[in-house]
Amino acid sequence: MKNTDISKYRQLFFSTFKLSACTFGGGFVIIPLMRKRFVEELGWIEEEEMMDLTAIAQSSPGAIAVNASIIVGYHVAGIPGALLTVFGTVLPPLVIISVISMFYKAFRDNPIVNMAMAGMLCGVAAVILDVVINMAKTIVQQKKIVPLLVLLGSFVAVRFFNVNIIVIILICGVIGALETWRQEKILKEAKGI
Amino acid sequence: MAAGKDLEGGKGNMIYLQLFWSFIQVGLFSIGGGYAAMPLIQNQVVDIHPWLTMTQFADIMTIAEMTPGPIAINSATFVGIQVAGLPGAIVATTGCVFPSCVIVMTLAYLYYRFRGMNIVQGILAGLRPAVIAMIASAGISLLILAIYGQRALPENLQSFDGIAAVIFLIAFFVLRKWKCSPLWVMAGSGLAGVLLYWIF
Repeated sequence: MKNTDISKYRQLFFSTFKLSACTFGGGFVIIPLMRKRFVEELGWIEEEEMMDLTAIAQSSPGAIAVNASIIVGYHVAGIPGALLTVFGTVLPPLVIISVISMFYKAFRDNPIVNMAMAGMLCGVAAVILDVVINMAKTIVQQKKIVPLLVLLGSFVAVRFFNVNIIVIILICGVIGALETWRQEKILKEAKGI
Repeated sequence: MAAGKDLEGGKGNMIYLQLFWSFIQVGLFSIGGGYAAMPLIQNQVVDIHPWLTMTQFADIMTIAEMTPGPIAINSATFVGIQVAGLPGAIVATTGCVFPSCVIVMTLAYLYYRFRGMNIVQGILAGLRPAVIAMIASAGISLLILAIYGQRALPENLQSFDGIAAVIFLIAFFVLRKWKCSPLWVMAGSGLAGVLLYWIF
């Protein structure tokens, strides 16, 4: 095994380990953290790829954090990479819960733990909204009407009507396919004339 | 004697199989992450198997929210430990991620194989804005939880938590202005929480 390979594997493992150790507040929190690490810092994944893998992770069964790390690991280093990132993602909760399960009642009722958690929740919300703004910018900058409508429409559907996420993903996929088909048709007609 | 021991040994292994199988089902059927998994886990560990009482289940949900990591993995570990110690935790967790590994790796393979195709490009382009909308909605829910202490916006806004709002605004400002690492922002927010709630 080459040296670069080993350092790649090591970075994959430690990145996912660290990210997983910090994903308080549920599934989606790992996406902004992963984006920062793998898109901005390491440059292993492109911005659009990150959104695609979020869609895949979201619509597959299982935890989003685990699913997203599988795709990153697979992309960077194939099946061994994927297994390594799963291990890195699962290890922190496994260790933390194993330790806490011995005295979980004391942990749950500890005021300092609760204060720190309340503070971190605010931080998590800030991190997510920061990433949302960055991602939404890429859509707004395209200056196309369909993506903007999809963005607003799915936000309203999720937020105010609690529409099932799988339904939204299916509908938006169909819209995207139809839009491509329409544009190709326009292009062909323009060429024909 | 020997027969009794065998029987016990068989029963001991059975529990690992049961844990593995239960959490494979949790992993396989919890689409949409986190909160979608909760009723499934409850069904497996409280209703079908007598592994946890309802109170213990509520406890593990609280702890899963307080600690990092996916809720399904957290509860797999907790249930596994309660039922069969550390090996139980490892077996349950492995079961929980097994369906993901198979399905998501297949999808990842297909994605990288076919994403160059125009029609796949189109589908993915349609999904991207929806993904952003979903993350935005999850972020807003978390913000409401942080500031009002519950997931939905309450009818009267009396329960407003000024300290939480201040921590959020500072964290948000720091992120936008200096683009520093989210991990530091979260650690800082936790520390700010302890300090501020302690003082006021």
